Amino acid sequence: MAETTLTKKDFQTDQEVRWCPGCGDYAILSAVQQTFAALGLERHNTVVVSGIGCAARFPYYMDTFGFHTIHGRAPAVASGIKIANPELAVWIVAGDGDAFSIGGNHVIHLMRRNIDVNLLVFDNRIYGLTKGQYSPTSELGKVTKSTPYGSLDRPFNPVSVALGAGATFVARSIDVHTPHMKQTLTDAHGHTGTSFVQIFQNCNIFNDGAFEKIREKKLRDDNVIELRHGEPLIFGKNRDRGIRWAGPGTPEVVELGSGVDEKDLVVHDEKGTLGYLMTLSEMKPPQFPMPIGVLRRIDAPTVDAGIHEQIEAVTEKKGPGDLEKIIYAGNIWTVD
Amino acid sequence: MSVEGTVSNKPGRPAQIERRERAVIRFAGDSGDGMQLTGSQFTATTAAVGNDLATLPDFPAEIRAPAGTLAGVSGFQIQFASEAVFTPGDAPDALVAMNPAALKANIGDLQPNSIVIVNVDSFKETDLRKAGYEKSPLDDGSLDSFRLLKVELTRLTRAALQEVDLPTRSIDRCKNFFALGMMYYLYRRPVDVTLAWIEQKFKNNPTLIQANQLALKAGVAFCEATEVFEHVYEVPAAKLEPGTYRNVSGSQALALGFVAASQKSGLRLFQGSYPITPASDLLHELSLYKNFGVVTFQAEDEIAAIGAAIGASFAGALGITSSSGPGIALKGEFLGLAMMVELPLVVVDVQRAGPSTGMPTKTEQADLLQAVHGRFSESPCVVLAVQSPADGFDMAYEACRLALLHMTPVILLSDGFIANGTEPWKLPDVESLDPIEVRFHTDPETFEAYRRDPETLVRPWALPGTSGCEHRLGGLEKQDGSGNVSYDAANHEKMVRLRAEKIERIRRHIPELEVDGPESGRLLVLGWGSTYGAITSAVRRAREAGHVVSQAHLRYLNPFPANLGDVLSRFEKVLVPEINMGQLALLLQGRFLKKVESQTKVQGLPFGASEILSRIVELSEAN
Repeated sequence: MAETTLTKKDFQTDQEVRWCPGCGDYAILSAVQQTFAALGLERHNTVVVSGIGCAARFPYYMDTFGFHTIHGRAPAVASGIKIANPELAVWIVAGDGDAFSIGGNHVIHLMRRNIDVNLLVFDNRIYGLTKGQYSPTSELGKVTKSTPYGSLDRPFNPVSVALGAGATFVARSIDVHTPHMKQTLTDAHGHTGTSFVQIFQNCNIFNDGAFEKIREKKLRDDNVIELRHGEPLIFGKNRDRGIRWAGPGTPEVVELGSGVDEKDLVVHDEKGTLGYLMTLSEMKPPQFPMPIGVLRRIDAPTVDAGIHEQIEAVTEKKGPGDLEKIIYAGNIWTVD
Repeated sequence: MSVEGTVSNKPGRPAQIERRERAVIRFAGDSGDGMQLTGSQFTATTAAVGNDLATLPDFPAEIRAPAGTLAGVSGFQIQFASEAVFTPGDAPDALVAMNPAALKANIGDLQPNSIVIVNVDSFKETDLRKAGYEKSPLDDGSLDSFRLLKVELTRLTRAALQEVDLPTRSIDRCKNFFALGMMYYLYRRPVDVTLAWIEQKFKNNPTLIQANQLALKAGVAFCEATEVFEHVYEVPAAKLEPGTYRNVSGSQALALGFVAASQKSGLRLFQGSYPITPASDLLHELSLYKNFGVVTFQAEDEIAAIGAAIGASFAGALGITSSSGPGIALKGEFLGLAMMVELPLVVVDVQRAGPSTGMPTKTEQADLLQAVHGRFSESPCVVLAVQSPADGFDMAYEACRLALLHMTPVILLSDGFIANGTEPWKLPDVESLDPIEVRFHTDPETFEAYRRDPETLVRPWALPGTSGCEHRLGGLEKQDGSGNVSYDAANHEKMVRLRAEKIERIRRHIPELEVDGPESGRLLVLGWGSTYGAITSAVRRAREAGHVVSQAHLRYLNPFPANLGDVLSRFEKVLVPEINMGQLALLLQGRFLKKVESQTKVQGLPFGASEILSRIVELSEAN
């Protein structure tokens, strides 16, 4: 199909976008549309799948094929779509509750199978659509409508869960950091296997400011570290701070200069050990900068390709199926 | 080889050969005794000699319950005949009991004068205690009304296999084939089918071939030598309808029906499933057919299983999912979505005895209301039911046809009795199967996701990958036509009614209900699902006894056949036997305001024909 050079506009639908004014989802929608255009994705060969929640309205605003399914179950539907038609580019959009509470089981098994889809989790650390209850990523002690005296359960760190589930591509980005997000989405698309992207997203109604330190332009550079494979972990407005091992598995922030230089710093390795990646994943302000970008990217077989390879191998061995042969099989007898 | 004429070469009175129209036998033992295998070998041989037959395996949920206990008893019953067979039979004519627990669990089902073969070697004090016997039933006169044969199965098997180089434990495991040999002798069956099977099964282990074949032959030889039976029975081949046959289980027939529908529609079969008794066999069967392009996706749970099937459907595959009652309950929300987005989907419910975990290996028909009404809000689905193991082929095919051509989820009800039971299947002519012509929508100019066919009310199916037909599906209410999200009150009511009407109109595309016997009169027996065999047997026996009774069997439960109300109105009394508390009766009475006689049973077991017969007699004689 000769759908040449689409623009962001080509991925917009005629449906009115109905998120709250100021919601971080607008910025993500725009970045996704821009990225799809830049990647040259074909609308008819792209499917956006979602569950339930604010983020899950996403497919209605994307002029591709789309499926707004039920709460937590988008990974299951997306798996069926990708296996049935491997030619399609499949993108799942979920919120933190959708992906890590009701849909937690499906998310870990999607990653375990490494099905070649992209999973974007818009993490605002709150339930928005149901009007403000704490979520599985809300910080301990969170006061919300359902926890007036503070929440008692510890949050998940989505990136650590993804690493634990064996995800082959794990990344993080920030709703309003458009260039970074476009790059991260591009990397996710380029990866074969499940690409997991946690996107910090501000809910300005029920959890405003949850990510102030890493979202605000003035604060961001001092509180965020952008990971690049093979490069030392350096951050700060003046790129004058870095991460060094204080001991095995124990990172520390150091000032560059005065006896510390780049070669003393940790060098990011997307194929590094789970121990290293978990250490990275658990770093956060105020003690550490928040790592964003691609934490992990490794090659591994995907179940969707495996299924078709197995079908081909068996067909090669047994020959194409003959219906008559399997019906008229075993001990058969004829009555005249 | 078959046992011919008189059956002893020793002096004394040879066994007399008696001709019988039908026989029912049951093998029972510990779940480690290989009774299912023994039963299926007897079945294969019986099919090969041309009898009509029906089988009923009955096994515990525990894979290895404590040995020797009642909980661990596994049984296999077969009825075979020289005439039509509709059920595995009510009371066995012969029981093989490998231990006291097997005897205790089964003896109550036998009529006086039946043959009971027991392995006396397993009636030691500890065995008796495990089965809860205070003293041996073999000596206390409690079995006097039966023809009891005390056979040293263990000792005789060891003796027969003394030359075989196997540990005693392995040799003892061959005693089921010794017992099988005895039953082959008793019912004059050849051993060659089983000999060939043993050879194939153990082709990598010559010692096991030798051991099992020796045990089988020894069982026959023992009967020949000892004249243990005064009579042996000849059950001649049945006069089945001309055609080619094989024996098939409900699970196998369903699987073949789905593969056939996939081939005939040209769509890839995608099965999402999660293991559950007694539905797992369908997953096992379909996973064999990779060279038909079949995808079997063993999901992380029941919900993901149906979700993946719906996703596959959206992308243009023939999506199916299979489970049993508990799993179907979990799938409910997704079924609502499939109904809302109007995608084809087949959901197989192999019903088992509930509620809750219930008795997973036992049968029941109590998911009918769940299938018809078991979703939140107004959420109509097509509901079909399989009536016998071989019927699984036709109904799986029909379920796919309706799902694909009417863009709807179809729930196909089977049950444990059908799934595990077997019967001879008259094989279809593959060429003459109804075509399933699926047309995908490809024209962007005329595409609207919910623009319906005016006759069937079916919406177009446009696949991802079709340029210009990009659209969004979802569970939110749809604007009629465009399919855009709509909260409009009048539109909502219109859509609810349209979705219901779409299912109702499927009546025009399914066969009318056929009545066997008089078209009107005093009594109609109306059933659905696996009661078919028991009802048919009962009705035939009632007619032989001079009662005038009609029979009809529902394979379409939603929508009902167009003529159902009319059929009901033509009979004074309608008897509705069900393995539940009266669920079809409730639907019929609610829909047609027709009082019906509900006959119910919830024991985890199918009806015996005699149970239904006695109700027929009662109703046809009552005033």
